[in-house]
Parts: sequence; structure tokens; C-alpha cells
Amino acid sequence: MEQLTTIGLNHYLTISAFLLGFGLFAVVTRKNAIVILMGVELILNAANLNFLAFSKYNGGMEGVMFSLFIIVIAAAEAAIALAIIINIFKLFKSVDVSSIDSLKE
Amino acid sequence: MFELPSGAEIQGIIASLKVSVGFFIPEIYLSLLFMLLIVVDLVAKGRKNTMLAISTLVGLAGSFFFIYQQHSLQMGEIFFGMYVLDEFALFFKYFSVLSGMLAVIVTMADEQFEREVKSMGEYYALIVSMVIGMIMMASSSDLMMIFLSMELVSFTAYILTGYFKRDQRSSEAALKYLVYGAVSSGLMVYGFSLIYGLTAETNLIKIGVALAADGNAHSLLLMMASLLVIAGFGYKIGAVPFHFWTPDVYEGAPTPITAYLSVASKAAGFALLMRFFYIAIPHGTSTISSQTGNDWITLLLILSVASMIYGNVVALWQKNVKRMLAYSSIAHAGYLLLGIIVMGKFGTQATLFYLLSYFLMNFGAFYVVILIANKTGSENLDDYRGLGKKMPLAGAALTVFLVSLVGLPPTLGFIGKLMIFSALIAKGSIYIWLAFIGIMTSVISLYYYMLIPLNMYLREPRQMDEKDMNPGLFAQVLMAVLMFMTIYFGLYFAPLSDFAKYSSAMFGISLN
Repeated sequence: MEQLTTIGLNHYLTISAFLLGFGLFAVVTRKNAIVILMGVELILNAANLNFLAFSKYNGGMEGVMFSLFIIVIAAAEAAIALAIIINIFKLFKSVDVSSIDSLKE
Repeated sequence: MFELPSGAEIQGIIASLKVSVGFFIPEIYLSLLFMLLIVVDLVAKGRKNTMLAISTLVGLAGSFFFIYQQHSLQMGEIFFGMYVLDEFALFFKYFSVLSGMLAVIVTMADEQFEREVKSMGEYYALIVSMVIGMIMMASSSDLMMIFLSMELVSFTAYILTGYFKRDQRSSEAALKYLVYGAVSSGLMVYGFSLIYGLTAETNLIKIGVALAADGNAHSLLLMMASLLVIAGFGYKIGAVPFHFWTPDVYEGAPTPITAYLSVASKAAGFALLMRFFYIAIPHGTSTISSQTGNDWITLLLILSVASMIYGNVVALWQKNVKRMLAYSSIAHAGYLLLGIIVMGKFGTQATLFYLLSYFLMNFGAFYVVILIANKTGSENLDDYRGLGKKMPLAGAALTVFLVSLVGLPPTLGFIGKLMIFSALIAKGSIYIWLAFIGIMTSVISLYYYMLIPLNMYLREPRQMDEKDMNPGLFAQVLMAVLMFMTIYFGLYFAPLSDFAKYSSAMFGISLN
């Protein structure tokens, strides 16, 4: 019963594992490049949540710092990724990754 | 929850930072160079790009002075255990700067840039920032620094891969690189978070101590975390099964960037892999720990065998030379992993030596491919017919580099492979079958590498056109120098091997 009434470390870890799963699912199944990027953001946020939860229950500051840096890196990554995707859209008239296949065996 | 530090503590922190900065001078210098190059680009807008290239070269060469001075410094951790200065890191500092310089030289030779882009703009600055990133990758001793430096290298690599904005293949390569890179670095960070949860530490040495004290308690979780971390590192070194981006990116990217990625960013990935697994995740054979039940050596072993077999076998069918070299680079990642599996002083020395030899022969091979593509406009194997007579020096040089990539004497590649395999066999009889797989796959690689000289020397060209095929004096001199070095160091390899031995000392752990 206590598991259900108080929020503990396991709850955070479960949610972050779900986030990781959803992120990977989006990356593997989706064809739209932007949705794939959203999946990547989910993966990064899963790691973020883990760091924050561990930081809270371990009592160190490193996890908080790490997650701040992950947020910054995710923003930078999104900027670069969108620039590349816009360029792809100009050249291919599509952001569907299955139609972008000029490089083949 | 967290108390603010007192005044005295803040004083202490500032003093420690001041001391640490003295150990960080090459990185600061290179960062200044990065900013300077952007300014130079703004000032020299519209004029020839040669000036930018020359200033990059001079600037990078200048950093040798600062790196050389670090030999006399006290080796150890700086910036509160975030960063480390040791012989191992110094090796990769030289390595990164040298490969950055070669990338600039190779870019100057590539005429595709003149066709595709109007101005070189940030290109050289980005190369410098990638050098900084790789130096930091090799010197990080904290999970956070590892993540940040790896992303610095990855981001610049994405941009450089897509540098030909109007070329479909270059942009597509950038997109594929980005998607695979983002996912695998995300997985790696998730693995880091699990390790942080297990140990409550982010410093590699402290993690190692905590895990060793932990013993066998969380071996399954630690295995999961190692798998996720290997996904991140494996992507950087291009090992099977994290190799999917390699052929497409290597084919689509500008050729100098292909050479740069295949040598430098791979080497930095290996530096990280070694530092992380040797120090943070203790194994039964290391000195500081008891058994933790985490058998990462088996994981790397599977990766290595898969890379050697897959890379060499799939390369057999390739018609595009750049793509063939991409598959061969997967195979070479497998050979390099063998050296890491050995995990002793000799193994580290062999890995570093192999990286040096791979540096020379791979850059050389890509350089000749660029020179040939300048004249024929193609990287297809069929268009290499009869080139041996039209471009005698390029043909001879490419042959030497390929022989070295196979690992035949009297070249540097032979000594590299010899050291890796003998380290494996010296480790014990259980690894003999690994060395056997390595040697067998090298024999397979002989076939596809030798297709290129076969086409160049023994097959007649389809049509005889009397174009001027002379690549220019400077290019010929550089090609000859690289060829000479590949053979010379293959015969007199003692300086390189001594340097690798000197560099195999890793801080915080004495490998047996």
C-alpha cells in the first residue's frame, strides 16, 4: 500500500523508463524526420528525469548539474537538426526519411 | 537541502580554478584560434580562401608549442576531477592537432569545394573546434565532460558533413549522421544516469572505486548501463552493430571530412572507450578491484568479431571507393577493439600504435582518392582503369597505402597488426582464436583492396583521353612524403612504438 500512496524513487525511474521506451519507439517507427527528433528529445528527457531523481535520493548536486547541461545540449542539437532538416526539405521537397535515399549500395 | 559555501570555501575554489587553468593552456589557445578564424573570415570576405587555410594551419601548428610544454607539468586531475592531464591525453592532443592539420591540407587540394561552395566561411573554424572537442574527449575524467565533449565533436561533425548545402548526397549524409548520433548519444546519457544512480558519483575514478566496493550486487543493472554506454561509444568508433551511418556518411560527406571523421573522431572515440572502461568499470583483470560480475570484455569481444567479419565481407561488393574505405574503416574498428580487449600495458601500446599507423595510411588513401577525383570527377572503381600509367605517383602511393591497410610488410600497417595480434596471444591461449579471426579477415580484405591496383595497372581504360593528369607539384610532394613515411616507419618503427609506450600510462590506474 505504501508503494501507492507515497512517491518514491521507483516511480520516477518507471516513468523515465517509459519515456525512454516511447522515445525509442518513435525513433524506430516514425518516418517524419521531425517526429524522430521529438523521440530523441524524449530519450534525453528520460535521462534527465533519472538524473534528477537520483540526485534527490542520493543527496548529491552532480545530477542536477548534469541535467542542466543535458537541457542546453538538447537545445543546441535541436537547432542544428532543424537547420539540416530545412536544408533537406529544400533539396528533396520532403522530410520523410524513407524518401531520402539517394545514397545506396 | 544544500548549504551555501562559506567565504573561505569560495576562496579555496577560486584558488583551485586558478591553478587548473595553467594546465588547460592548449585548449584555451585553440579556442582563441577558433574565434580568431571567424574574425579573419569576416575581414577577408570575398578574397581567396587560401589565406584562411594558411592561418588555420599556422595556428594549429602553434598549438604544438603549448602541448609540448605540458610534458613538464605535474600529471593529474584538474578542475575538481572534471579533466585530466596525463601522457595518454597528451598522445591524443598531438594526434588530434595533426589530423586537423592534415584535414586542412587535404581540403586545400580538393577542387570539389570550389565547385560546390562560394566561400569556405566557417569551415576551418569548425575543423578547429572539432580538434578542441577531440582533445577534450581524450582528457575528460567525468561523465559530464565526456558527454559535453562528445556532443561538441558530434555537432561540428554534423555541420561539416552537410557542408555542401546544394548537394543532395551531402545533406542526406548529414541527416543520417544526425539521427543515428542523436539517438546513440541519448542512450549513452541514459546509461550514464544509471551509473550515477548506482554510485552517486560522476568522476570516473570514484565510480571505479564505488563499483569495486559494490561488488556483485547490481551486476545486471551495471551490464545494462555498460550496454547503453557502449551504444554511444560504438557509434563514435563505427563498430558493428552501431555502424549503420558509416557507409552513407562516408560516401556523402566531403572527402576531406570523410578522412577526418574516419581517423580523428574514431581515435577520440577509442580514447574515451579506453579511459571509461579501464578506469570506471572495474574488471577481474584490473588491479584495483575484485570481481564485479560485469563482463564488458565479452561485450567488446562480440563487437570486435562482428566488425571485423562484417566490414571486410561487405566491402567485397562495393563499387565506390569511398564506400569501400568506409566498410574497411568498420573492419579496422574491429582490429582496434582487439587491442582494447587485451587491456594491459602492451594492449594499450598496440592500440595507440595502430591508431598512428591508421592515421597515416587512411589519410594517405583518402588524399589520393581526392586527387584522382579532381581529375576524373568520379570515385567509382571502374573509372580507376588505366590510371596507373596516367598518374604514376598517385598510383604507386595508393598501392602502398592499400598494402599497408591490408597489413602486409614492409609497411606500417603490418607492424600495427603484428603488435595487436602478438599482444592478444601474449595475453593467453583463450584469445588465440580471436587473433585467428583477425588474420583470416585480413586475408579477405586483401581481395577488395587489391581490386584498386588491379584496375589501375592491369586493366585498359575504356576510352583514351589525353587530359592533363598532373596533380600539381605540392600535391605530389605531400603524397610522396606520406608514402615514404608509411614505408619508413614500417621499417624503423621504434620511435613510434616508444611514443605509444610512453603514452600508455593512464592516470589513476596501473595496468598490469
